[in-house]
Amino acid sequence: MATMTLLGAINHTLEQQMEKDETVVVYGEDAGFEGGVFRVTAGLQKKFGKDRVFDTPIAEAAILGSGVGMAINGLRPVAELQFSGFMFPGYNQIATHIARMRNRSRGKYSLPMVIRMPYGGGVRALEHHSESLETLFAHIPGLKLVIPSTPYDAKGLLTAAIKDNDPVVYFEPKKIYRAFKQEVPEEEYEVEIGKARVVKEGSDVTVVSWGAMMRETLKAVESLKDEDISIEVIDLRTIAPMDSETVVESVKKTGRFLVAHEAVKTLGIGAELISRVNEGAFFHLEAQPVRVTSPDITVPLPKGEHHFMIDAKRIAHEIKKLANFE
Amino acid sequence: MFFEKYDPLKKEMFSVLDKDGKVINKEEEPDIDNDTLLHMYKTMVLARVADIKALQYQRQGRMLTFAPVQGQEAAQIGPMAASDKKDWLVPAFREAAAMLYKGATLKQNYLYWFGNERGSHFDEGVNILPVNVPIGSQINHAAGIAYASKILKKGEVVFTYIGDGGTSHGEFHEGVNFGGVYDLPMITIIQNNQYAISTPRAQATKADTLAQKAIAYGIPGILVDGNDVLAMYRVSQEALKRARAGEGPTLIEAFTYRLGPHTTSDDPSIYRKDEEVEEWKQKDPVDRFRKYLTNKKLWNKDKEEALQKELKKVVADTFKEVEKTGQYELDEVYDYNYETMPKDLKKQKEDYLNYLKESEGE
Repeated sequence: MATMTLLGAINHTLEQQMEKDETVVVYGEDAGFEGGVFRVTAGLQKKFGKDRVFDTPIAEAAILGSGVGMAINGLRPVAELQFSGFMFPGYNQIATHIARMRNRSRGKYSLPMVIRMPYGGGVRALEHHSESLETLFAHIPGLKLVIPSTPYDAKGLLTAAIKDNDPVVYFEPKKIYRAFKQEVPEEEYEVEIGKARVVKEGSDVTVVSWGAMMRETLKAVESLKDEDISIEVIDLRTIAPMDSETVVESVKKTGRFLVAHEAVKTLGIGAELISRVNEGAFFHLEAQPVRVTSPDITVPLPKGEHHFMIDAKRIAHEIKKLANFE
Repeated sequence: MFFEKYDPLKKEMFSVLDKDGKVINKEEEPDIDNDTLLHMYKTMVLARVADIKALQYQRQGRMLTFAPVQGQEAAQIGPMAASDKKDWLVPAFREAAAMLYKGATLKQNYLYWFGNERGSHFDEGVNILPVNVPIGSQINHAAGIAYASKILKKGEVVFTYIGDGGTSHGEFHEGVNFGGVYDLPMITIIQNNQYAISTPRAQATKADTLAQKAIAYGIPGILVDGNDVLAMYRVSQEALKRARAGEGPTLIEAFTYRLGPHTTSDDPSIYRKDEEVEEWKQKDPVDRFRKYLTNKKLWNKDKEEALQKELKKVVADTFKEVEKTGQYELDEVYDYNYETMPKDLKKQKEDYLNYLKESEGE
C-alpha cells in the first residue's frame, strides 16, 4: 500500500496497465516527453518508449480519430486531451464514430479506448480551461463516462476503463489532482463502471455529487455535524451508464434529495437524476428535489469565478434548508 | 525516383492508357497476370451493373438513397488490385467498387444502402471499415490503423479515400499530417470527381491541384488519370513499396468524374452541362479497360455479352435476397450499442416490448 494523490494514482495505473498489457498506448499533446502539462503521464515515455507513449500534433480530431483506428487494429489507446474545453475539434470523432462503431458495424469493430481529460474550474485558469461538460458525453448513446473523486477510485475506474472493450471517457477533476493523499493498493483492482458508492449512510437527506464537488460536499456534511441531520452521501462515480438504483433506493429511505454539481444547471446531470428520482421514488418524496449547481452562464475569468463555482458553504446551506422543509 | 518524375505543381499527370485504351506509357505498364486483369475488369463491371440496377430499384421505391459510383471504378479497382489481402480499406461513402474488390459482398453493399447495419459487418479477415458519411473523418481512422500496423509490426498498409470536397475539411489535414509525422504506412487517395455535390472543384481550394497539398506535409503527392485503371494500379504499387519500406505515406489525386448524381436525391443537371458529361463519357474507365483487354485478346464481344447477362442475374438475385432478409430484428436495435447492455437500457428495451404487447390490436 502506498499513499498517492489522485494524479499519482492515475500515473501509477497507466504504468501498471502498460506493464501488464503491451497493447496499451498513451498519447496526446505534450503527453510523451514532458509527461503532460499536469505531469499525469510523467516517466512513462522513458519507461515504455516513444512508440507506446508519444506526443501528437495539436490536433484533437487526429488524436481521437486515430484512436478509433488503433483500437480497431489491435491496440488499447489511452488518449489524453489537454483540457476538456479543447475537446470540441475532436467531438466529431466522439459523437459520430467512437460512440457508434460497435453498433454500426454490428459488433465487428469494438473500440477499447479511453479518453482522458482534466475538467472543471476553481484553479484560476485561462479561458476555456474550466468547463464541466458531462452532459455532452452522457447524452451520446454508446459512451461511458466516469469521474473519480478519490485516488482509490481513480485507479479502480481507470483500470476498469482500460480493460473495457467499449470506449470510456475519463474525466479528471484537476482541482483535486494534488489536493490530498489516500492509501492505494499496489495490486491491480477495478471499480465497477456503472456503480455509485454510498460514502456515508444517513436517513434524513440524500446528497449526490461527484468529482471535485464530492470534496466540497463532504466538507459541507462535516460542517453540519452538530446539526440534527442524518445525511446519506453518494458519490455517483459513473455518469453514464447511471446507477439510478443506488440513488433511488436511498431517496426511498430519506425522502429528500439534493444533487450538487459544478456544471451549469439546465439539462445538467442533476436534471437527469431528479427525473429518475421522480420515476422511482416519487411517492416517498417529502420535499421538492434540490439542485445546487453553477448558473447557466459562461464560466467567468478567475476574478469572477467564485460567483460561479459552488462550494461547501453553499451546499451546506441548501442541505439545511432541505432537511428543515416541512 | 518514381514520384519525382511527376510534379503536381506543374499539373503533370501520370497515365498509362489513352482514352481509347492504348498504352501510351509502355515503360510504366504494370505487369499483371491475366487472371487478375480479368478479375479487375469483372469487378468494375459488377460495380457498374449493381449501380445501374440500384438506381432502378431506388426509382421504384425499393431501395433507399445511395451514392452511385459510376465513372470512378478505375480509381478504386486499380489500388485494391495492387494491395494485399491483409491491407486495409478505409472508405468514404462512394467506394462500392473498391469494397467489392476488397472482399465486401454485393449483398452487404446492398444491405447497407437498403438501411441495415448488417451490411457493415464484413466477413472475418476482410479489412474494410464501414461506409463513412461524416466527411473527412475517415482519414484519421486510417492513420490510427496504420499506427497500430506500424508499432505492432503487422506489415499492413492502409488505403483511405476522400473526395475533392473533403480536402477542404480540417480532418483531412489532421489525418494526412498525422500520417506524415510518424511515417505511417498509409495511402490517401483523393478522388477528384470535380464536384462536392454541386460545388465545383475550384471552390474547394485555390490550389491548382489537390496532389500538391502533399508538399506541405512533407510526403509525395501525385496527380494521376483516375479513369486509367492501370495508372492507378501502377502508382499504388509505388506507394505500397514506400509504405512497406517504412518510408511513410503517399497522397494520390485521382482525376476522375462522377457520371451519375451525388446521391439519388441529387439532380446534377442543375449544376453541370450535358456537354461536360458527354466529354467525360468518352473517357469512361470501364470502356477504356475493356478496349485494352480486347487489344490484348483477353476479351471479346461474346464474353462481354455473357458477362453482362450473368451479372444482371447475380445482381437481381442478390437484391431480391436483400429484400427478403434485410428486415430488422428488434434485438438488433438494442443489442449492439455496448458489449454488455447497461441496466437502464435493458429496462428501456423491456418497456418497449411491454408496450408492443399492451398495444397489440390497438
